[in-house]
Amino acid sequence: MNDTLILRIISAVLYILLGGLFSGFLAGLDRKLAARMQGRRGPSVFQPFYDIGKLFSKETLALNHGQFVIAFSFLMLIVATGVLFFAGVDILLVFLALSTAAMFLVFAATSSNSAMSTMGAQREMMQMLAYEPMVLITAVGFYMATGIMNNGVGSFKIMDIGSNDLPAIIYLPGIFLGFLFILTIKFRKSPFDISTSHHAHQELVKGVTTDLSGRNLGMIEVAHWYENTFLLGVVGLFFLCNEWWSIPLAVVAVLVVYFLETFIDNISARVKWELMVKLAWGVTIVCGGLNLLVLEYIF
Amino acid sequence: MPPCGHRKVKNMELFIAILILFPFLAAAVQALVKNNSLRKLTVYISSGAIIIATIIFAVMNFGKEQAFLAPDLPLLGFDLIGTVNYGMLAIEFILMAIIIYLSFKYKKYWVALLSVAQTAFISWLELSGRAHAENAYLFCDNLTLILCLMIAVVGGLICVYAVGYLKDYHHHHGDEVKDRRSFFCSMLFVFLGAMFGIVFSANLIWMYFFWEITSVVSFLLIGYTRTEEAVNNSFRALWMNLLGGVGFAAAIGYAAIDLHIFNLQDLVNCNEDVVVIPLICLALAALTKSAQLPFSRWLMGAMVAPTPSSALLHSATMVKAGIYLLIRMAPAMEGNLVGLTVSLIGGFTFFMASVRAIIHTDGKKVLAYSTISNLGLIVACCGVGIDETIWAAIFLMMFHCVSKSLLFQTVGSVEHTSGSRNIEDMHGLIKRYPSLAVAMMIGIAGMYLAPFGMLISKWSALQAFVDAGNIILVLLLAFGSATTLFYWTKWISKLLAYARPTIRRKDTTSLDQWISIGGHTLIMVTLCLVFPFLSDSLVTPIVNSLYGTTTFKPVLSDENLVILVAMIVVIALVIIAGFILTRLVKTKNTTVYMSGIDTGDERHYVGAFDEERTMYHANWYLSDTIGTDRLMNVSTALAAAGLIIGMVLTIGGVL
Repeated sequence: MNDTLILRIISAVLYILLGGLFSGFLAGLDRKLAARMQGRRGPSVFQPFYDIGKLFSKETLALNHGQFVIAFSFLMLIVATGVLFFAGVDILLVFLALSTAAMFLVFAATSSNSAMSTMGAQREMMQMLAYEPMVLITAVGFYMATGIMNNGVGSFKIMDIGSNDLPAIIYLPGIFLGFLFILTIKFRKSPFDISTSHHAHQELVKGVTTDLSGRNLGMIEVAHWYENTFLLGVVGLFFLCNEWWSIPLAVVAVLVVYFLETFIDNISARVKWELMVKLAWGVTIVCGGLNLLVLEYIF
Repeated sequence: MPPCGHRKVKNMELFIAILILFPFLAAAVQALVKNNSLRKLTVYISSGAIIIATIIFAVMNFGKEQAFLAPDLPLLGFDLIGTVNYGMLAIEFILMAIIIYLSFKYKKYWVALLSVAQTAFISWLELSGRAHAENAYLFCDNLTLILCLMIAVVGGLICVYAVGYLKDYHHHHGDEVKDRRSFFCSMLFVFLGAMFGIVFSANLIWMYFFWEITSVVSFLLIGYTRTEEAVNNSFRALWMNLLGGVGFAAAIGYAAIDLHIFNLQDLVNCNEDVVVIPLICLALAALTKSAQLPFSRWLMGAMVAPTPSSALLHSATMVKAGIYLLIRMAPAMEGNLVGLTVSLIGGFTFFMASVRAIIHTDGKKVLAYSTISNLGLIVACCGVGIDETIWAAIFLMMFHCVSKSLLFQTVGSVEHTSGSRNIEDMHGLIKRYPSLAVAMMIGIAGMYLAPFGMLISKWSALQAFVDAGNIILVLLLAFGSATTLFYWTKWISKLLAYARPTIRRKDTTSLDQWISIGGHTLIMVTLCLVFPFLSDSLVTPIVNSLYGTTTFKPVLSDENLVILVAMIVVIALVIIAGFILTRLVKTKNTTVYMSGIDTGDERHYVGAFDEERTMYHANWYLSDTIGTDRLMNVSTALAAAGLIIGMVLTIGGVL
């Protein structure tokens, strides 16, 4: 029992230390891969770190003191959410904490009282509206899958979900697909990079982050890295079980998923938010809903 | 139920009688007082007395389950219960007379018909001796106590708020609205008394009596301004609630004649198959009172009345009467058609009302849809009827009560101070009226943000739905949560905009209003912090006693409860740290980016044709996509069809 506690603390601490670095590195890899897909050479894989370094060394222009407070809260709460996840607590709790944290990005934008940021914030809220149902259903799926493998005793605890006899993905293929779908929204990848486009010509200036600069923008970027690591952690959770081979399997799955996201980002054009909501909700009902029904009535 | 033979009138029974009767006395005083400062004094004294007496009563009876007052109880040598029953009957006839008079005055004849039908039926039942009950008339357990505290504390504070609010209200509205303040305050207290009556009654006819009083009083409150809109809306509220009353009367009749059951506790514990007939009739009454689809429109119409009455209807009283009845009935609804009908209607209402809340800019309308939506969730919990969902339902009810009351009051005060209750006009409220904005944000956070109360309860509801194997409800909850998130987030975003105010106005919110708003804020924060304690000592015992077990454990583990409380602390610390750090780090001030030349005030810019343009940013209300009335009409029709099918199948299935 104490061993698991130590394990949980270690993994939470590792997340604080390495969570940002890992996703920063993946972001570099992403740009490299994207460049190669487009037949370019691309920047160094460490480019994202240079960018962040520059943001923090620049003079920070702010509209008001509130911006710093909100950006700082966003970063801290995202990290806290990830810590809860890697400490293996209740996954619903983690997801609820995530939506509270995500709210601060919206507030960071609207508190600026700027037209561009506000427009970005509305789009960000549309994205939340689109992905939120699937997030909750994913948690429910984990609970039910654990229940099936555990003589009917379901659990939302990440520790329990990750230590079943078999990986949860076996029971949750539909939910996994649905989760991948909304992951594109969460990663802010095309075709769903509605609120903060990485391609400046597409977005109304720069969406939610238009009026953030220097250190404030840097904190938001770092928060996104931490968020991405945590989300990939959820992807990994689909593949974890109490066998040793599940760990390399999860790592491979995470990398494949990330590659897939980069690939989709490169081959698709951005859609309008109406289509995003319709698609996301459609996929949620079809993949997520059906999967839940099957778990309830067949197993 | 303990036997109640010949015995002396116990202090407890007297205390309950005083709790029920005192608000009516206070109401009579209010009706007579025409002087404003005297009104203020009497409202403070009455509310204070009600709050203090209820707290004392709650502390004295905490953890006890008691049934009181046998019919053969001799008091001073005459038949007390019989006299009370005749008295109630007489008052019911007076209520009927009021309804008949008003419905003829405003030419809504058929509303009178609904009232006559049920009053005639109930009086036949009583006068023919068919409703002669021989067991307890009053009942009190922890659930009753929670309801009492809600009614007394939240309701009492609302009365205090009303004093300050109405003064402003008539100042603003001048001669448009006739000043009937003493009538208004009087009705508020009648409402409190009637609610005490509902929660203390074990006997169904007594409960029905108080139930009818709330219907009529809400009708009178909604029609306060006597404008055409107010009259129409008040009659809509009346006929829907009277329809529920017909259901209630039918339930009483069936239970008394066919089952020889006269009180709610016996009805819930009854094992016969046909018990579902009175249950579905009572459920109909509860659904109308709690404004569930297809009966939601009356609560939307109710917002034409002055804000204190909205606050009262939406939080501590009226809609909670329906919820209270459903919670009591819950153990009997588990796994049958009644429960299925109720839970699906609740889940559907939760989702549809939250979608509907997105399209409105009027703060009170958003609050009203949010009430309907959240009540839907509670109703769904009751319909599922397992112990876990009831735990969630009770918490949802408590948090919703405080949050919603706080929100209505802040919106009312903002309206009076700034001249608008439109959410768009609340842009930058944090700069203009910081205290009101913060109170409002605490209220909103209480409604939907982790780790505040409503969200915790929603979370355990989700878990309980999964355990009950109800996937449809899980899906409705998942989607409804997303839409709920949307409409609250954009509201807070508006408040938080750091806009330099164009006009500086003084915050004119009066002390009376601040006492109530401050009190609510304090209660809200305290409830969140003592959540684990409340769960252990208050709500878990209720669930145990409703289900006759001793082993119930809340779905949320202790670890989670502790993490949640820790989260509140962490969020508070992070924000405080942010404020401290922002003083330490160096930033240069800049102006908003405008894609054009800023004229310097962050409100205008120079456009491409070299002319000055005004900038305005609005929230999204998606009126093109979901703003049509068709959506609401279709969902009302669907819910009505569902309800009718549910009732037909339930009744047809056992006859």
